[in-house]
Amino acid sequence: MNGSVGGIVRGLLALGFGLALWQGVVWASGVPAFILPGPARVAESLWNNAGMLAQNARFTVVNLLTGLAAGVALGVATALNLALSPGARLLLRPLLIFAQAVPVFALAPVITLWLGYGAPSKIVMVMLVIYFPVTSAFFDGLMRLPAPLTDMAQLMRATPLRRLIWLQVPHALPSLASGLRLAVVYAPFAVVIGEWVGSSRGLGYLMLMANGRGQTDLMFASLLVLAGLSLTLFFIFEAVIRRLTRPDQGEK
Amino acid sequence: MNAPALHISGDLWLGQVALIRNLGLDFPAGQWSCLLGPSGVGKSTLGRLVAGLAGPFHLQGECRASDAVPLSGRVAMMAQDGQLLPWASVLHNVTIGARLRGQAPDTARARALLAELGLGGLIHRRPATLSGGQRQRVALARTLIEDCPVVVLDEPFSALDAATRLAMQDLAARMLATRTVVLITHDPLEAVRLADKAWLLSPDGACALDLPETPPPRSYNDKATLAMQGRLLARLHGMHAA
Repeated sequence: MNGSVGGIVRGLLALGFGLALWQGVVWASGVPAFILPGPARVAESLWNNAGMLAQNARFTVVNLLTGLAAGVALGVATALNLALSPGARLLLRPLLIFAQAVPVFALAPVITLWLGYGAPSKIVMVMLVIYFPVTSAFFDGLMRLPAPLTDMAQLMRATPLRRLIWLQVPHALPSLASGLRLAVVYAPFAVVIGEWVGSSRGLGYLMLMANGRGQTDLMFASLLVLAGLSLTLFFIFEAVIRRLTRPDQGEK
Repeated sequence: MNAPALHISGDLWLGQVALIRNLGLDFPAGQWSCLLGPSGVGKSTLGRLVAGLAGPFHLQGECRASDAVPLSGRVAMMAQDGQLLPWASVLHNVTIGARLRGQAPDTARARALLAELGLGGLIHRRPATLSGGQRQRVALARTLIEDCPVVVLDEPFSALDAATRLAMQDLAARMLATRTVVLITHDPLEAVRLADKAWLLSPDGACALDLPETPPPRSYNDKATLAMQGRLLARLHGMHAA
């Protein structure tokens, strides 16, 4: 309990320092507000446009979470399939590596062309971006079962499926967690890029629009909301992971 | 349990290198046979051979059971680190074999075995919260519940402190009494205490050792045991220096 309070205090201190630095730069450089608005001005914009920001943030968050869930599900399913089937490894693995060599962000215009300006193109962007890190991290974990456990499975006449369920999957869960951590960090990027390329809603759209109209304070406000969302997502994820991988305290 | 005798003869190769030539090993049915020898001589390789595990080795000769039934599926193995599943409880660790075969785990039997091994109160603990001796007792329970007539023990107690090791030796001797056990060890005292038959391995073959007349497990402070341990240490020391 003490630790978490200390963490919050440290976080607030860092935030205060960041704001002071920001305001200091604004004062010292004397740049006009349409280039770099000060914290107070951005806070004002945040307050005045709260309704619009919330509406667009909701669109972004729903797409982000949907894409995240779908991408993780697809990645996990692919990794399990690859681990279980040598045939799938032979066919899919080179394809997977080739697909990763194509920068997914460069595909954003094509995806928007195919799927339109609505939610589907954003969801697919998130899926594509997180699919590879999730798949490859989980697959690596699945294939790295320690040799003594492999021997044990053989001596105990394990079937491939049960070996996967009882040995490989539990062993690979920490690897999957690192894949998911990457996914959680990449997903907000992906959804905003999707919105930049073509959208009529969302925080990414709002940023572009505000920028085009010289409303730099609104752009910064959108950016802050986006950063807040990303951080919240990351901390929720970390808390869940810590909960799940908590070392056993002893008897139940 | 009809434990078969085992017979191994021929040359053991590791890749292109001959590890042991002119092997002639007979492991009597339902008894403890010990393989002793310097590091790298091929003790563990022989253990893997008996267990039917893969590796970069092959035997130019034969390894067969006296009842002419293939050994596959009849060998259980226990090694130094126990290979317990770190994420699973003690009870889950002991019943993993049944789960891996798709059978219903015999939880009642697992509990009874764990209680007999003095782990009755720890069945929901994770391996990381146990001592080294407790972990090896869990591994022993897992080996026992497999009900295999042949058991390979690959330096099972070498990571334990001296007193725990002696207790584990007595426990294992009692629990594995009716099985054909192949004990791989680098500890002469362990071999002298537990073996019905013992072999000293060297690249030129296996040399059968004379053991005290008394039946195992032999007392560690018995004169004959200690004298034999001394002679074996001298021989191992000589092989190491050579």
